[in-house]
Amino acid sequence: MNTDLLLILVALTNLRVLGSSRLGACIRTTAVQGVLLGLLPLLVNPLTFHTLVLAAGSVALKGIVFPWLLFRALREAEVQREVEPFVGYNLSLLLGVAAIGVAVWVSRQLPLPGAAPSSLIAPVALFSILAGLLVIISRRKAVSQVLGFLILENGIYTFGVGLVRETSFLVELGVLLDVFVGVFVMGITIFHINREFDHIDTDQLSTLRDWRR
Amino acid sequence: MTLFLYAVGILVLSGLVATRWPRGGVAGAIVGGAVGLFPALHVLLTGATESLWCAWQVPYGSFAVQLDPLSAFFLIPVFGLPAVAAMYGSEYLAAWRGKKPLGAAWCFYNLLTASMALVVVARNGVLFLVAWEVMALTSFFLVTFEDEQETVRAAGWTYLVASHLGTAFLLVMFILLGRETGSLDFDKLAVSSPNVVFLLALIGFGTKAGFMPLHVWLPDAHPAAPSHVSAVMSGVMIKMGIYGILRILTLIGPPPAWWGGTLIGIGLVSGVLGILFAVAQSDLKRLLAYSSVENIGIITLGLGVGLLGIHYGVPVVATLGFAGALLHVINHALFKGLLFFGAGAVLHGTHTRNLEQLGGLLKRMPWTGLLFALGAVAICALPPLNGFIGEFLIYLGAYRGALAMDTAATTELLSVIAGLALIGGLAAVSFTKAFGVAFLGEPRSEPAAHAREAGLLMQLAMLLLAAGCVLVGLLAPAVVRALAPALKIVTGLPAATVENQLANGLGPLGSVVLVTSLFLVVLAALVLLRRSLLAGRTIGQSVTWDCGYAQPTVRMQYSASSFAQPVTGLFAGLLRTRRKLVPPEGLFPRQASLETTTPDAARETIYQPAFGSVGRGLGRWRWLQHGNLHLYILYIALTLLVLLIWRLG
Amino acid sequence: MNALIPPLLALVLSPLLLGVINRTKARFAGRRGQPVLQLYFDLAKLLRKGAVYSRTTTWVFRAGPMVGLAAALTAILLVPLGALPAPLAFGGDLVLFAYLLGLMRFFTVLAALDTGSSFEGMGASREVLFSALAEPALLLGLAALARRADSLSLSGIMAAVSPVAWGTGGVVLALVTAALMVVLLAENARIPVDDPNTHLELTMIHEVMVLDHSGPDLAMILYGAALKLWVMSALLAGLIVPLRSGKVWLDAAGTLGGLLIVAVLIGIVESSMARLRLLRVPQLLVAAGALAALALILVLR
Repeated sequence: MNTDLLLILVALTNLRVLGSSRLGACIRTTAVQGVLLGLLPLLVNPLTFHTLVLAAGSVALKGIVFPWLLFRALREAEVQREVEPFVGYNLSLLLGVAAIGVAVWVSRQLPLPGAAPSSLIAPVALFSILAGLLVIISRRKAVSQVLGFLILENGIYTFGVGLVRETSFLVELGVLLDVFVGVFVMGITIFHINREFDHIDTDQLSTLRDWRR
Repeated sequence: MTLFLYAVGILVLSGLVATRWPRGGVAGAIVGGAVGLFPALHVLLTGATESLWCAWQVPYGSFAVQLDPLSAFFLIPVFGLPAVAAMYGSEYLAAWRGKKPLGAAWCFYNLLTASMALVVVARNGVLFLVAWEVMALTSFFLVTFEDEQETVRAAGWTYLVASHLGTAFLLVMFILLGRETGSLDFDKLAVSSPNVVFLLALIGFGTKAGFMPLHVWLPDAHPAAPSHVSAVMSGVMIKMGIYGILRILTLIGPPPAWWGGTLIGIGLVSGVLGILFAVAQSDLKRLLAYSSVENIGIITLGLGVGLLGIHYGVPVVATLGFAGALLHVINHALFKGLLFFGAGAVLHGTHTRNLEQLGGLLKRMPWTGLLFALGAVAICALPPLNGFIGEFLIYLGAYRGALAMDTAATTELLSVIAGLALIGGLAAVSFTKAFGVAFLGEPRSEPAAHAREAGLLMQLAMLLLAAGCVLVGLLAPAVVRALAPALKIVTGLPAATVENQLANGLGPLGSVVLVTSLFLVVLAALVLLRRSLLAGRTIGQSVTWDCGYAQPTVRMQYSASSFAQPVTGLFAGLLRTRRKLVPPEGLFPRQASLETTTPDAARETIYQPAFGSVGRGLGRWRWLQHGNLHLYILYIALTLLVLLIWRLG
Repeated sequence: MNALIPPLLALVLSPLLLGVINRTKARFAGRRGQPVLQLYFDLAKLLRKGAVYSRTTTWVFRAGPMVGLAAALTAILLVPLGALPAPLAFGGDLVLFAYLLGLMRFFTVLAALDTGSSFEGMGASREVLFSALAEPALLLGLAALARRADSLSLSGIMAAVSPVAWGTGGVVLALVTAALMVVLLAENARIPVDDPNTHLELTMIHEVMVLDHSGPDLAMILYGAALKLWVMSALLAGLIVPLRSGKVWLDAAGTLGGLLIVAVLIGIVESSMARLRLLRVPQLLVAAGALAALALILVLR
């Protein structure tokens, strides 16, 4: 499998998340993305113990643990789909395509260190970041927001693995751990929010603020 | 040059005559326009340049005018369209005879034409700004022709404010340009900070051209004006903004890449959002006004492509981009003029511009309908008419650039291709809607059922513009070749290069015309084939297939709102269409209705809040204004005193 | 003389393509199915008939089929058949090709609106939106191929497709193929965008727009639609069968085989998928645009 194809698939998974209303499908797609990105270090770096650990860790966490946690949260919250997002799916998808353009343009302007293993690394990484932000901004359900966060992190990870050699190992593991804790905490929070409020719409959280309009 | 001055003189004089004798204004507009076209065509075709410089008492001012090919090119729509529109208007305004001061209207009309001509040839900052201001004021008075209507007055004020805000930026721009040499003659301007000048020009001229989101006056003012004035404003006046940008670009030196990118960005936003809002409108003239924003976007895309071509040193891209933009200026004048005339004829014949009230007009207004359909095909950039040729050149420029250039500018160029494709598709939505709902099907209201066909003069005016659309489409290579002298100025390339590149680009154009002529031949053959096939056979007449409903009524027809619904639904987040729905209730529902309006998003989200807070802020100082003369004089005295003390102390 | 082969084959064989699609669908459903030549019979029958017109309609309704067919007949002069170049190929013909199809659609839509029927209006309003979204996908996909081939004509683009091209830039070609396939399905009113077999006017798109046409008019519409399907399939076939031997008849046969594959493929898609909800169709088309955009990113480096 070549790097280009893998990165194209990553970009496609982003689009799929942007265009789908089913939370289950979104989680699965993000898991696929995680596995794909887990394979990325194996393709771009020489095969060493470090890359192996990084790949195995990523695949295990992003491909198995996170989806499991999220599916559990989904079951607890008893929601299947994102209803009435702030930005509709068609428009999100169009914005996604526009984001590809922006990502390519920005990556052309960025001074990047060294030679990238594939010219797609920077655009796809930026696109993932933008797509993740878009999901976080445009969706209501907490699960979607966690997914957006994950995609965002995947973008940063792509940058790290693809462009920054050698130094990244420890940092990557640290980030992975951070994300793990993040998703774990959010999973628990979703569970509790749901128990307290009978829904997981984040826009309703504004009722928790101190002062009233 | 003499002939040009005669033309302007005729326009101004006949404008003054018109105040006593309105018909004199009409005659003057037509004669003046026709006379003015000669020097314009002469200069454009020969590539000669004529100048005139007279001293003027105004500080920094001089009466410096020059007729170079770029000016001459813009003079063609400036003189041509108003002349045709005057013919149309003489009949269109007849309904107001005795109720409204028609003389004043014609006076302003001819002054508007004269001022636009002066804008295009002025070579001195002060002269330019004076002409620019006269253009704004005269068009303001034309917009507010029906000033008894609240909406018309509001549209007029919006236009006046927007126009002057734009002019303020131009003033700053000229001051910056003339600061070092102390002269505002164009050939003596010194450019110290081209980027700032470019941005100021973009805002100042962009307001007139109607770039999103500076377009806010446009969808109000164009529908409010009488239709022949709408045609002139949409077809010519907003192009003065494009002219201004082009002229400033020739003055401020080689463009950095981001200028091209910025213009492409503006073009995409104006084009896509403009046409989206056009789709959502149910007021025919408002729809056309938004479509003008879209077409300005297309022109701007061409300019952006051209600038990128210059920056990266790819002459073919520069030539094609600017050629497409310039050709689209002419094309838009032709078909938008035609469409506004058509809309005016509809308004004239039915007294409504609301698409939901129209329908079936093609049977009662066959000529208007035919010519409107032709304009709709042209504006959707469909072959074999002129609209396609302009957009084809821009496409070709973008494609050639995407093929030839290194990766540097390709993202921008590809976004031009995708943007043009999307704009083209959405234009088809809005004009199938405009023509289909207004002219086809069954009449949706009593006035539409008894519509009257427009008079001969109005029809003749439409016919002239329609003929222009067809001719430019079929004679494309010759027309584009005639642009060469103007392109030489805009691109700054040597004449030989421009002609080479045009020849290069004309090969495909020749093929396009060949294919489209073939299309016409095939079409004619099919017409004959069908006629011979049906000859002697039974031709039945029946009702439209009604899917088994016993009594189909007019109310079952698809309405304008419902036709646009898939688009407004898809882009709901951008358009914020408001729906007023009375759902059918009960077993035998009596009343149900759906009304949709799409107000301007920029107006609602940017301008109203901004102007509102400015108004509230200034409202606090209201107590200064109490109408007491003594106190006003006290203010003046106090101010003088303070200034004196400050100066002397 | 060879230049005339692609348009002549299109003229003669295009109705066959629909026959193959229908036969494939019948086989999947376990039926014998209509004859492969059914559309030829239909056309022959319709051309012999008179016509019935609604009293609401005007010349626009009568002009629709003729303009549509004339545009399709002109478009086949621009489309190559694999390695065989089109007779009127020129740099930039891909834009003219897209806009000729646009002209065809424009008049079909107007003819539909001319009947004043709510159902035809419905179909028309869907058609214009979907095609507006399909257009960028088509032109961007072709741009990716054009950049690869360094040519702006469809014939030049197709000439540059070869087994070697699939080897070095397979991902690009695959992405564009996928994008063009979606555009083909949408533009030709096939499942999953539109169901040519549905009997409910409410859910139709293309079929409902031509409900009121009859006799020779309907024949022109059916033939025009067959030609449109042929030209778009020919582009796909040229992509998926990279046979460029230089021998005219071998190349022609290869691309005809490709056309057969495309038709069977459409049949398989129609048999194995349900129609998408109308609200989901724009997503599919935007996704096709995204595929084309991704292909462009790959060629632009």
